[in-house]
Amino acid sequence: MSAPAMGTSKTAHSDSSNKKKKGPGTLATAYLVIYNVVMTAGWLVIAVGLVRAYLARGSYHGLYYSIEKPLKFFQTGALLEILHCAVGIVPSSVVLTGFQVMSRVFLTWAVTHSVREVQSEDSVLLFVVAWTVTEIIRYSFYTFSLLNHLPYLIKWARYTFFIVLYPMGVAGELLTIYAALPYVQKTGLYSITLPNKYNFSFDYHTFLILVMVSYIPLFPQLYFHMMRQRKKVLGHVEEYSKVE
Amino acid sequence: MGHVEILDAKTKDKLCFLDKVEPNATIGEIKSMFHKSHPQWYPARQSIRLDPKGKSLKDEDVLQHLPVGTTATFYFRDLGAQISWVTVFLTEYAGPLLIYLMFYFRVPFIYAPKYDFTTSKHWVVHLACMCHSFHYVKRLLETLFVHRFSHGTMPLRNIFKNCTYYWGFAAWMAYYINHPLYTPPIYGEQQIRLALIVFLFCQIGNFSIHIALRNLRPPGSKTRKIPYPTKNPFTWIFLLVSCPNYTYELGSWLGFTLMTQCLPVAAFTLVGFIQMTVWAKGKHRSYLKEFRDYPTLRSPILPFIL
Repeated sequence: MSAPAMGTSKTAHSDSSNKKKKGPGTLATAYLVIYNVVMTAGWLVIAVGLVRAYLARGSYHGLYYSIEKPLKFFQTGALLEILHCAVGIVPSSVVLTGFQVMSRVFLTWAVTHSVREVQSEDSVLLFVVAWTVTEIIRYSFYTFSLLNHLPYLIKWARYTFFIVLYPMGVAGELLTIYAALPYVQKTGLYSITLPNKYNFSFDYHTFLILVMVSYIPLFPQLYFHMMRQRKKVLGHVEEYSKVE
Repeated sequence: MGHVEILDAKTKDKLCFLDKVEPNATIGEIKSMFHKSHPQWYPARQSIRLDPKGKSLKDEDVLQHLPVGTTATFYFRDLGAQISWVTVFLTEYAGPLLIYLMFYFRVPFIYAPKYDFTTSKHWVVHLACMCHSFHYVKRLLETLFVHRFSHGTMPLRNIFKNCTYYWGFAAWMAYYINHPLYTPPIYGEQQIRLALIVFLFCQIGNFSIHIALRNLRPPGSKTRKIPYPTKNPFTWIFLLVSCPNYTYELGSWLGFTLMTQCLPVAAFTLVGFIQMTVWAKGKHRSYLKEFRDYPTLRSPILPFIL
């Protein structure tokens, strides 16, 4: 889903000799800063690409094609974040991060890339814009946090923009999957029927419907989790008046 | 004669005061007394500890042997609704037995109506049904007559989790094996015969281990001893492995996978193997911790490998 990453990014301490505070060492911090800067830049490229294409064409239609390659590259690159959690340089849960990244990668490759006919749908633009804005804010948030210099504006943006961007992204994703259904059914994409020597069958069309249904319990939980995080992080702004 | 006070581990509220408690009273007896004043907390859901964040005391622990004064202070934690292991096992095993049979007999609404109550023309499908049913009947009987459980209960929510797993996989496997369009194994009779031998060998092996483990533990006790090979050759695997019951279980399911040549069966075998490996490693570690002289040649589940 288009939700910003759930794990709260703890400010990393680059002084690796300070054994009392946990966090990535100096080398890991340097790597993470580079990673987050590159990702911020990547999503900015996508944002600029969208704006330029819109200005050039004069319409919202078919903007996916102008940013298809960087979108695939940078969204897939986010798989590294699962590794970061597994190795321990980022304090988030592997399962939660894995789930979020995989759902994005699924939409990018297994739906949008695979079903050519949906690529010109407006719903694709809806989630691409939501993802782009979210990721630019999220990656710059991590970059600044790692450097111990987080401007309040970024923190505020990270915990506020999701209120609109998250439902927007979910709407785009659901509409895109829905648009893909007839083509998947007609062509039997990624499906395997009986009889076969593995005695197994898989109906991708039904699977996509189940994915859509799964949004019903999952989306509210993730959304309200972010709401609670927002109250916790932004609610105490009067007490923590010192800049981090 | 001593006194016992029980406080809530989280809030530190005084929940109960028991006066005139015999020094040789056990924690189990104290739990029963606590249950009288708080009927909603039956003994199985009580966790009694010396320290709010410490380990639970055992039911067999005796009051006078604990590091407490004349008035013992214990902390209580509610473990939540409990269900007996026997109940969980019976439910989770009865499900697959019945569910598989429903698919085998092609009960209506599963396959196309023209196949209702028909039987497969492939004899391996009948064989698979017998093996699958035998496996779960064996498990049910072992639960009732063989196993000696060290814990009486587990949290209630486990039954939903466990049943979803067993019943779900049983339905998924059974659907394909008993499907009208089922394809028998590529290498035919040879493959099926080999698979059946592996399956039966491992079923006997698994049962032998269960018997050996049962005999380690006197009736009604919860003692733990190092298991050793007995006269039964199927137990000689104890020389190389800490949890051969899991090794044989893996073998049985590999046999069944080979017999049915069905991908969902392979998936079930894999998931089961992963879970059993986690359990075997844990058991192996506790053996090493508890027994200084634990044989070094043994691996948790696969000889020399894992």
